[in-house]
Amino acid sequence: MPSPLFWLFATLMLIGGIAVISFRNPVASAMSVVACFVGLAGLFIGLSTFFVGVIQILVYTGAVMVLFIFIIMLLDLKNEEKRNSKYAPIAAGLGLVVLFTVQLVGVLSKSPNPEAPPLDRATLAAAAGDYLTDGKIASSLNAGQLPDVHLIGHMLFTQYNFPLQIIGVLLLVATIGVVVLSKKPAE
Amino acid sequence: MASLNDYLLVSGLLFAIGLAGVVLRRSIIVMFMCLELMLSAANLSLVAFSRFHPAANGLPDMHGQMLVFFVITVAAAEVAVGLAIIVALYRARQTIHTDELTTLQG
Repeated sequence: MPSPLFWLFATLMLIGGIAVISFRNPVASAMSVVACFVGLAGLFIGLSTFFVGVIQILVYTGAVMVLFIFIIMLLDLKNEEKRNSKYAPIAAGLGLVVLFTVQLVGVLSKSPNPEAPPLDRATLAAAAGDYLTDGKIASSLNAGQLPDVHLIGHMLFTQYNFPLQIIGVLLLVATIGVVVLSKKPAE
Repeated sequence: MASLNDYLLVSGLLFAIGLAGVVLRRSIIVMFMCLELMLSAANLSLVAFSRFHPAANGLPDMHGQMLVFFVITVAAAEVAVGLAIIVALYRARQTIHTDELTTLQG
């Protein structure tokens, strides 16, 4: 039986998502995305992935959505006025959603539905043997806490070191690309 | 504690909402927000799998969370580039409505 907090954050996320596509004002849509991502971060933390939950809030609602709102302000967008809306895209969109949901429910009703494996003191202490005995990870595990950030950092700088450097190059390329794209073309 | 299928259902519903937004809405900037919703829905299912299928030592499988980390980074870069393209498009055409951008329609 799911806990009440799961339902709270899941409904916040889904209502935010529906609000994004139903508001006509782009600023209201952006605010609904923020609400949706706060609910999503709550779900992440409920899955005991604290680091991902925190960067979801910091990166998405803190940086990405502020960028969106900044661009909306810069372009001075008006409300989408009522145009004689065509029915074909609306029917296509709703049909896609219904098809997707039916398929999702069909697949999930046939697939195994495991409960979450325990993350209690015994499990954590048993895992401490895999790490350096006097390191921070092992001492937190022995104290019965999940050192989420330390585990991610450990993996990021050992197994995933090369992808990490590639992602650094990607960010550099994106930065240069944005500067080049937003420069006014020379007359 | 919610079971795996609850999380997968919620994540699938969020993905469906994002997909509907991309098909329904006419404003490129709102379509772009809906793309972000779809990326985040995929992140939610990755994190759920990482929690419900633990690694050999019993801790959550960190590989799933690493993938989420990289997806979030790439999404941030993608937003920056995409919004720069939208600004350039607005400068050239004074509109960001897909109804009025039909040059490539043939």
